[in-house]
Amino acid sequence: MIDLHGYGPRLLEGALVTIELALLSLVLAIVLGLVTASAKMSRSWLAHRIGTLYTTIIRGVPDLVLMMLMFFGGQIGINQFTDWLYTQFAIDIFINVNEFAAGVITIGLIFGAYMGETFRGAFLAVDSGQIEAGRAYGMNHWLVFRRIRFPQMMRHAIPGLSNNWMVLLKTTALVSVIGLSDMVRIATEASKATREPFTFMIIVAAIYLLIASVSEWGFARLQKRYNVGYTEAD
Amino acid sequence: MEALITWLDSRLADNSIFTLQTLSYYGEGLVTTVQLVFLSLVLGLVAAVPLAIGRGAKRRWVRLPIFLYCYVFRGTPLLVQLYLIYYGVVFVEGIQETWLWVILEKPFVPALIAFTLNTAAYTTEIFHGAIKATAKGEIEAARAYGMSQRLMMRRIIIPSAFRRALPAYGNEVIFMLHASAIASVVTIMDLTGAARFVYARFYAPFEAFLFVAAIYLCLTFAILYLFRYLEKRLLAHLKPASG
Amino acid sequence: MTLRTTLSLGVLGVAMIVGTANAEVRDIRIAVDVPYEPMEYRTPEGELTGFDIDLGNALCAEIGIQCEWVVQGWDGIIPGLMARKYDAIMSSMTINEQRREQVLFSDPYITPPSAWFAPADVEIGTPSEETLEGMTIGVQRGTLQDNYVTDMYGDVADVNRYATADDMVLDMDSGRLDAVFLDFPIGKSTLIDSEAGDYKVVGEMITEPKEYFGEGFGIAFRQRDQELADAFNEALAALQEDGTYDEIFEEYFGEQE
Repeated sequence: MIDLHGYGPRLLEGALVTIELALLSLVLAIVLGLVTASAKMSRSWLAHRIGTLYTTIIRGVPDLVLMMLMFFGGQIGINQFTDWLYTQFAIDIFINVNEFAAGVITIGLIFGAYMGETFRGAFLAVDSGQIEAGRAYGMNHWLVFRRIRFPQMMRHAIPGLSNNWMVLLKTTALVSVIGLSDMVRIATEASKATREPFTFMIIVAAIYLLIASVSEWGFARLQKRYNVGYTEAD
Repeated sequence: MEALITWLDSRLADNSIFTLQTLSYYGEGLVTTVQLVFLSLVLGLVAAVPLAIGRGAKRRWVRLPIFLYCYVFRGTPLLVQLYLIYYGVVFVEGIQETWLWVILEKPFVPALIAFTLNTAAYTTEIFHGAIKATAKGEIEAARAYGMSQRLMMRRIIIPSAFRRALPAYGNEVIFMLHASAIASVVTIMDLTGAARFVYARFYAPFEAFLFVAAIYLCLTFAILYLFRYLEKRLLAHLKPASG
Repeated sequence: MTLRTTLSLGVLGVAMIVGTANAEVRDIRIAVDVPYEPMEYRTPEGELTGFDIDLGNALCAEIGIQCEWVVQGWDGIIPGLMARKYDAIMSSMTINEQRREQVLFSDPYITPPSAWFAPADVEIGTPSEETLEGMTIGVQRGTLQDNYVTDMYGDVADVNRYATADDMVLDMDSGRLDAVFLDFPIGKSTLIDSEAGDYKVVGEMITEPKEYFGEGFGIAFRQRDQELADAFNEALAALQEDGTYDEIFEEYFGEQE
C-alpha cells in the first residue's frame, strides 16, 4: 500500500474542492457563454462590440496572468470602488471575496469567453428553416428558443462543450499557485513536507484522469440524447 | 481619452515601478518565454509526425502505447506534469553525478521537457485527426497510381493532412504560449515570472499584471496573423473560386 | 478599466457584507503564510502551529478577543491586509521602512537575523560579490532577503525566487541551489536541525543595512487601526512581564538567546 503520511484525508478534501470549483465555474461559464453568444449575434452594435472585446481579451491572455490579476488586484479594485462610494455618496459597504469565490469567478469569466464562441457557432448551425417553421406554428420567441433553437444548438455544441470542460478541469490546477487548497496545492504541500513528490503528484494525475474519463463517458451519453433523430455519420 | 493621457502622464512622471531595472526584467522574461515556447513547439512538432502515423497504425502494440501517452498527457494538467518532471528528475539515482545534471539542474530544461511532451501529445491528436480525414478519393487515386503505402503517406496523406491541421495547430501554438506562464512556478523568470517579481516588490498588482497581459495579447495577435497568412497561402486551393 | 468595473459589479452579487467603519478593538482575523518552520507551519492533519501562532493566541487571550487565523500566500499578504480580507498579519514579517509606507507595525516581538545556508559540501567563502559569482541563490519571493540579494548580488549570481521556504529547501536538497538566504531560525529549523540533508551556516549573521533588515518581526495592521496596534503592544509587554513570552520562546527555540 502507498504510504500517504497522513495526508490521505486532506488530499480527498482537495479533490472535492477541485470538483466543486470546476462544476461551479462551468455553470457560470455556460451562463456567460450564452449571454456572450447572444451579444455577438445581436443586431446591437454596442452589444456586439462588448462581446467581441471580452472574448478577444480573455482568449489573448494566459489564464494564470488573468487569475493573478483578479486574485491580487480584484479585491483592491473592489475596495477602491467601495471607498469611492463612501467618499462620494457616504455609502459604506464592504465586499469580501473569498478565495474560492474568486476562483469560481475567474475561471468562469475565462471559460465564458470560450463557451461564447462554442455557442455562437452552434446557434448558427441550426437550420433557419426550423426556426421559420416554429414561427409558422405560432410559437413565440421564447418558445422557439426552448423547443427548437436550444435543443438543436446543443447537438452542435456538445463536442465543443466537452472540450471546454476538459480544459477547464485542468485549469483549476492553477488556483493552487494562487493559494486555494485544491488537490494540487495539498499534493505540493505534502510533497515538500515528506520529500516524496512522485507519490503525491501521480495520485493527483490519476484523479484528474479519472474525472476526465467519467466526464467523457457522460458527454458521450449526452451526445447520444441530443443526437436523437440524426444518423451518426452527420 | 484626455483623462487617460493625463493619468498615464502622472503615472510615468513619478513612477517607481517601471524603472529601467524592472523593464529589463520584462525584456529578459520576453526572451525566455519566446525561447521556451518556440523550442517546445518545434521539438513537439518533430515528435508528433511519426507519433500521429503510429497512432493510426494497424498493429496494436504500436497504436496502444501512443494512445495511452496522448490520453495521459492530455488528461492531466500541465502544471502537474511540470512538477513531476522538475522534481522527478532529481530522484533518478545518481543523476547529480552525471553530465546530464548540468542541464537538468537549471529549471529551463525540465520545463522544456514537460512542455514538449505536452504539446507533442496534443499535436499528435491533431495530426491523427487530420490524417483520418484524408479524402478517400485521394487515397484511391494514389493506389491506382501504384504508390506504395510509404510513398502515399509521404506524397499524398502527410502534405494534405498538414494543411488541414493548420487552423487547429494555430490554436495549439497560442495555447502553448499561454500555458508557458506556469514556468514561473519553478523559478523561471519568464514574462509571468517578471510580473510576479514586480508585483511582490512593489505591491502593485494592476501595473505588474496589466502590463504583462498587454505583452501576451500582442504575442497572441502576432501568432494569429501569422497563421492566418499561412492559411491564406497554403489553403488557397480550398477557397471557392471568385471572379 | 472595464475589466475592473465588470469584476466589481459581478462580485456584488456573490458576497456582500455590510461592515462598520469604526475601529474599536474587536474580534479579528490574522493572516499567516505557512509553512515557515518553526515560526508557523501545519501538522500533517492540517492544524496551524508555531511560534507566531502560539504567541498570537496568547496576545489575543490577553486582550480578551477572539482571533481567527487566515492562511494567505506571502506575495499577496500585504495587499490582502489593505483589502480588508483580514485585520492583521503575524507571519515573521520584518519591520522596515518600505513596508511602513503601507502598514502600521506593532513593537517588534522577536529579532532574528538573516543568514546564508549552503550544503555542507559546497565550498563557499564569506558571501561577497566574488564568492557568489555564478552561484545559484534561493530566496523567498517578495521577502527582505529577496530585495537584499537582488540588489546586492543580482548582477553576479542567478537568483531563484520561490513562493515558500519549503520549495527552496526541496531544490537545495536536490542540488539545484548553491546557497539560500533566510531568516536564521527558519534556516536552522528546516535545514540544520532536519535530518534531510547536510547543511551549514556560511559567514556571519546579517542584520545590516537597516534599510533591508529593519528592526525585527512585527505584527502589521492597517494604518488607521492605531488602537488595535496599541492593544497588541500593551498585551505584548504584559506577556513579556509575566513569563508567558519566555515559555513560548523556549518551546520553539530552546533556552539560548
